[in-house]
Amino acid sequence: MTSLFEEVPAAAAEGVPVRRITVRVNGTPRTADVEPRLLLAHLLRQGFKLTGTHTGCDTTNCGACTVLVDGLPVKSCTMLAVQADGHEVTTVEGLAGPSELHPLQEGFKDEHGLQCGFCTPGMMLAAKALLAENPDPTEDEVRFALSGNLCRCTGYQNIVKSVLWAAKQMNGASADEGSAE
Amino acid sequence: MYPSRFRYEAPRSIDEAIQLLHEGAGEAKVLAGGQSLVPLMKLRFAAPELLVDINNLPGLDHLDVAADGGIRVGALCRHRDLERSLEVARAQPVMAAAAPLIADPIVRTRGTLVGSLCHADPQGDWAAVVTALGGHVVAQGPGGRRSIPITDFVTGPFQNVLEYDEVAVEAVLPAPRARVAGGFLKLERRVGDFATAGTAVALELDGDRVTRAGIALTGVGSRTVDARAAAEALVGQPLTAEAIGRAADLAAEVAQPTSDHRGSASYKRHVIHTFVTRILTRVTQTSEAAA
Ligand SMILES: Cc1cc2nc3c(=O)[nH]c(=O)nc-3n(C[C@H](O)[C@H](O)[C@H](O)COP(=O)(O)OP(=O)(O)OC[C@H]3O[C@@H](n4cnc5c(N)ncnc54)[C@H](O)[C@@H]3O)c2cc1C
Ligand code: FES
Ligand code: FES
Repeated sequence: MTSLFEEVPAAAAEGVPVRRITVRVNGTPRTADVEPRLLLAHLLRQGFKLTGTHTGCDTTNCGACTVLVDGLPVKSCTMLAVQADGHEVTTVEGLAGPSELHPLQEGFKDEHGLQCGFCTPGMMLAAKALLAENPDPTEDEVRFALSGNLCRCTGYQNIVKSVLWAAKQMNGASADEGSAE
Repeated sequence: MYPSRFRYEAPRSIDEAIQLLHEGAGEAKVLAGGQSLVPLMKLRFAAPELLVDINNLPGLDHLDVAADGGIRVGALCRHRDLERSLEVARAQPVMAAAAPLIADPIVRTRGTLVGSLCHADPQGDWAAVVTALGGHVVAQGPGGRRSIPITDFVTGPFQNVLEYDEVAVEAVLPAPRARVAGGFLKLERRVGDFATAGTAVALELDGDRVTRAGIALTGVGSRTVDARAAAEALVGQPLTAEAIGRAADLAAEVAQPTSDHRGSASYKRHVIHTFVTRILTRVTQTSEAAA
């Protein structure tokens, strides 16, 4: 059965070529046989059951489906799953460690960075890419980096605060280590 | 939404890509960043039988900024690479100004300048920049390479002169002969939106005298508008308030905006006038500050 936003092509009909691909998802190599028209978002959600990647607009506008491909943010509703072959994908499920949340997840919790939570995975992954490049961003830099992600609930204020909170936490942790005299 | 069925090939050499396009006999399409093509395929506005993904082709991701200031942008150079390039920022202010205004940061991870030129959206930003700089597109087909000036490359909305079996391999921005200046301004309703109206200005200056000028407009016509008369009105003299005013008048005149949900035609014309004035005025202020 398919729902409005959860369409996935039915198993390829007889004679339709599928490709075997291997994608490293959150550190684990995963293999799938995909029809070329399958989108990365659908491979992750339906194929690998990683439903943290949301599809909202499905037209490349909202950023809810953002994942990291080789560390860079990509709208997974606009990349073919076959194109991920041999690449490294990080989804929101890959953020937390075995026992603790990622500082970004803590930040969204602490600073009330979400209401319905629909945009949150995409926001956190876009923010992760920002912090990897710029560990100590200004508020403006956070807003700029998240400008491809739409939120219909919180009006962005707390989302920005959450990211700044996480940056501080991540920098603080390393600064503390550095100044342990 | 998912596209209709297609055959997918990801060739490893440009010759193989061209061969595939040739066999596709007009039913094949090149896939670069996919930031325009994939949405169109999902909406079923495009339904190619064969997709030739060029992302695995070697030697197309270059962004070469030569010592003389000439720039070559490979077909796999992403908007993001242009946005982050210090060399580009030093060599061409108009490109540095435009790069962060193309779509949004996530789309910029994959989208390409060359793909944007090929897509030929009348509201595309790079076509205006490349037009203002007098650039050209290098295409490769079964017969070899050819170079096409940007003003001949786009023939209408979403149309270009490429043969069905040609790949655009790079865009080339010529080396300036004098000091460069310029800028890019764009009015968008929200981040990542296409231009309600946008203006690219590229200048070369000898002292305070303009020796070359290019002005091009986006969002205000069925294709990029080359405001050549406005640019030529600047050449051979300093950027006085009077010269700036005349260029702004001529640019606003040559714009062909239509009224739509983004604004009336006269409003868009006014925006163009303001943008030309602002960019040129800023150039004079920067020159004064440097002097
Ligand atoms: C939400 C959103 C907002 C956007 N906002 C803007 C904006 O503000 N300004 C702007 O300018 N653009 C905008 N874009 C478009 C974006 O810049 C695209 O990246 C660009 O237009 C297409 O580049 P691409 O590499 O993704 O091309 P693709 O989508 O892969 O291809 C586009 C077309 O060009 C052809 N093509 C691509 N590369 C080649 C090649 N090397 N040789 C031959 N044919 C080729 C394809 O066959 C296809 O027909 C936006 C896109 C989105 C999704
Ligand atoms: S669902 Fe992919 S951008 Fe909205
Ligand atoms: S929290 Fe609901 S869309 Fe952002």
